[in-house]
Amino acid sequence: MIGLEQPLLAVEGLSRYYGARVGCRDVSFELYPGEVLAVVGESGSGKSTLLSLLSAQLEPSAGSVSYRMRDGVMRNVTELNEAERRLLMRTDWGFIRQDPAEGLRMSVSAAANVGERLMGVGARHYGAIRGEALSWLDRVEIDADRIDDLPRTFSGGMRQRLQFARNLVTHPRLIFMDEPTGGLDVSVQARLLDLLRGLVFDLDLSVVIVTHDLAVARIISHRIMVMRYGQVIETGLTDQVLDDPSEPYTQLLVSSVLQV
Amino acid sequence: MYVAVKGGERAIDNAHRLLGAKRRGDPAVPELSVAQIGEQLGLAVDRVMAEGSLFDRDLAALAIKQARGDLIEAIFLVRAYRTTLSRFGHSEPVDTGAMDISRRISATFKDLPGGQVLGPTFDYTHRLIDFSLMSEGPTEPPAMAAPSGAASPRVASLLSGEGLIEKAAAVSDGEPVGDLTRDPLAFPAARDLRLQNLARGDEGYLLALAYSTQRGYGRTHPFVGEIRIGEVEVEFWTEELGFAAPLGRVELTECEMVNQFKGSAEAPPQFTTGYGLVFGQSERKAMSMALVDRALRAEELGEDLTAPAQDQEFVLSHSDNVQATGFVEHLKLPHYVDFQSELGLVRMLRAEHRAASEAREIVETRKAAE
Amino acid sequence: MNDATAAGGQATGYNFAYLDEQTKRMIRRAILKAIAIPGYQTPFASREMPMPYGWGTGGVQVTAAILGPEDVLKVIDQGSDDTTNAVSIRKFFEKTAGVATTTRTAEATIIQTRHRIPETPLGPHQVLVYQVPIPEPLRFLEPRETETRKMHALAEYGLMHVKLYEDIARHGHIATTYAYPVKVAGRYLMDPSPTPKFDNPKMHRSHALQLFGAGREKRIYAVPPYTEVVSLDFDDHPFEINRFERPCALCGAGDVYLDEVILDDSGRRMFVCSDTDYCEERRAAGHRGEMSGDAQVIGEEP
Repeated sequence: MIGLEQPLLAVEGLSRYYGARVGCRDVSFELYPGEVLAVVGESGSGKSTLLSLLSAQLEPSAGSVSYRMRDGVMRNVTELNEAERRLLMRTDWGFIRQDPAEGLRMSVSAAANVGERLMGVGARHYGAIRGEALSWLDRVEIDADRIDDLPRTFSGGMRQRLQFARNLVTHPRLIFMDEPTGGLDVSVQARLLDLLRGLVFDLDLSVVIVTHDLAVARIISHRIMVMRYGQVIETGLTDQVLDDPSEPYTQLLVSSVLQV
Repeated sequence: MYVAVKGGERAIDNAHRLLGAKRRGDPAVPELSVAQIGEQLGLAVDRVMAEGSLFDRDLAALAIKQARGDLIEAIFLVRAYRTTLSRFGHSEPVDTGAMDISRRISATFKDLPGGQVLGPTFDYTHRLIDFSLMSEGPTEPPAMAAPSGAASPRVASLLSGEGLIEKAAAVSDGEPVGDLTRDPLAFPAARDLRLQNLARGDEGYLLALAYSTQRGYGRTHPFVGEIRIGEVEVEFWTEELGFAAPLGRVELTECEMVNQFKGSAEAPPQFTTGYGLVFGQSERKAMSMALVDRALRAEELGEDLTAPAQDQEFVLSHSDNVQATGFVEHLKLPHYVDFQSELGLVRMLRAEHRAASEAREIVETRKAAE
Repeated sequence: MNDATAAGGQATGYNFAYLDEQTKRMIRRAILKAIAIPGYQTPFASREMPMPYGWGTGGVQVTAAILGPEDVLKVIDQGSDDTTNAVSIRKFFEKTAGVATTTRTAEATIIQTRHRIPETPLGPHQVLVYQVPIPEPLRFLEPRETETRKMHALAEYGLMHVKLYEDIARHGHIATTYAYPVKVAGRYLMDPSPTPKFDNPKMHRSHALQLFGAGREKRIYAVPPYTEVVSLDFDDHPFEINRFERPCALCGAGDVYLDEVILDDSGRRMFVCSDTDYCEERRAAGHRGEMSGDAQVIGEEP
């Protein structure tokens, strides 16, 4: 639930330039536990650059990203050394990639994919690891009898759900998602988003989700940031912004969504 | 009663004697001399020097004789010998621009200062086996002409005059050049070490990789800017003399490939290059090396890495044929201890499998009986 | 061959043990660094040797670097002194160093080995030099050197356990039977070289210094004496060494590694000690196995 505590993620004046070209410019916001923030925009808006900056995969040209670690201390994410960053990425953070094949080990069984993070932090009981994997597979609605199957044999939607399980097994508090529903059939998307909504609620997750699809933002996010040419042009509660956009560009985006 | 087999030492000694006899072959046939190999199998000698990383024609010829014509075995001999030599310094960079040219061609220009000099090449021969070579006989003396005296500037300098070709990355005087034979290769490797690795790399391997780039696996749009073959002076600078003393001459083959041009917002387009340099007359190797060199520069030049020839770790880790043959052939060594462990596991798993299916059968027959 | 052979005289023209002193110094520096960081793969500038890469050049360079005129050298391959490559390497050192050599484990000060650890427990005055083909335990899970270096630096070894997990899921057992990965001094993941996992316990808190040389891959690593060496496993699938059904047919030894010898076309087999010196010592002391006299052989009617 959104609480009145300290923010989990605090971003201040974040910018990234490629020579003269603007990747993103002067982005600032705060994210609280249990909050889902959607970053929307068209191709080239800078939303993917922003996600890479937030998840410390790219260095900013200016500004800062601060994250509240499990011990309560706010740390500047760029000042973390590689060891700390990699540990964070394997425990307290998750990253869901648009193409699940990039976020999974395709030639290793489903349970091993889920159990890897646990084994990476010292889990040493085969039965317990398998049990955890089973319970997570169940949670993401993958049949228990697929536990030893390779992701190669899974459908796109199943692979994506497996990617969720793989990331969530260490109870991360912050998840980054890059177009997680991209390329999936509409009904599959709907099921995935439904699942995601449930997980966010149950696990008190904070999520930054990048998407070009306003419908996805509507279903899943509490707040929304609209980006264009690398800048945030509008931000606010999702329903408010989508029902009553103030910026002309946002109005254009909203009205461009095909009504079926 | 079983008696453990002994006598490994004697077996080895006898194997070596047999090998020596095979090497000599039929004693009625005249023995091959090192000089004959050096003179008449010159290109084999060139390859052994290049991949053995040691310029010494007589030594390479001797190694070929000892190795019964197996060139990789000969290269191995030369490398092992090289290790024992003491090193007292390194030479000045050789000036290929001042080369005493025996062959020089360019595919990028029809004609150029210094001309197209064909030299002793197989290029335009018709590949018809010449049976007259079955017996010894006189050969036609080559045509002679007075040296033209014309300068043969490198094509690279002709193009760079107009700024059309990239300048070689400036290396400051004090900066040390890496030495592949002294420091283990670490990735990513800088171009100096990459070129050293390729210079001693297996010709067949580099040929295949180069070929792959031409067939689309990392295309680089190559043109032969220049191939030149000839002798260059090797010079050594000492404190005591205060100048660079000439030590001797080595024959080199140099190939400059002119490749896909590249430009950016800041810089106007220029041709990029690939470079190959080998001991002796080894065009195939020099050209292949230049193509692979250029492919390995893909990352530096902002190109997508999609092909094996562009993968530094892959290309450079597998180019050394002495290492490669050692490891491939080591499989001949006894591995029965490890195989025993595998046998044990497989037998156990099969036994478990059998037990499980027998148990299933029992359950099924019981069910059928009910 | 059972006596320590006296120094037979060096081949002229080569430095003691073939390598020049500069090179030996360079290798010893790498060895010291390796000892200071147990289990860590130290890069070194491996030299071209007169035997092929993959045939023990790493082990030979390590031995050459630490060998002194007073040393007594034993060389084994598959546990035997008489296999061709062991013979060849022993002759190499006899020729280039003139050191005394032996087949008796107890008499040796340096033992160079391929694929086995001697059955006789080693003492504090001994050094065991292993020949290593692929030093990187993660190599077949992650082919890139740049990535495995990071994994070691950050102790990111989850991937190794993933592999073991997969084995159990697929076969019911961990399917690695040799080159079984170990954790050294609680920090670095190490490949013990292709010794059978049967030998892993011998590495744990050994009195001897254990050195590992990979010539082609250009790495040296070490396990100092009395260091913890623990084989990876799961709590509910603990590491187990394989047992043989019968004792050695020649000397009756029951808890040693055995070689399977095929006797004829009909599949008659017998099992004998892999460690030939150990077997000889036992027989010299009066122990006898099945094959002494008219004892039964597997596959034969009684």
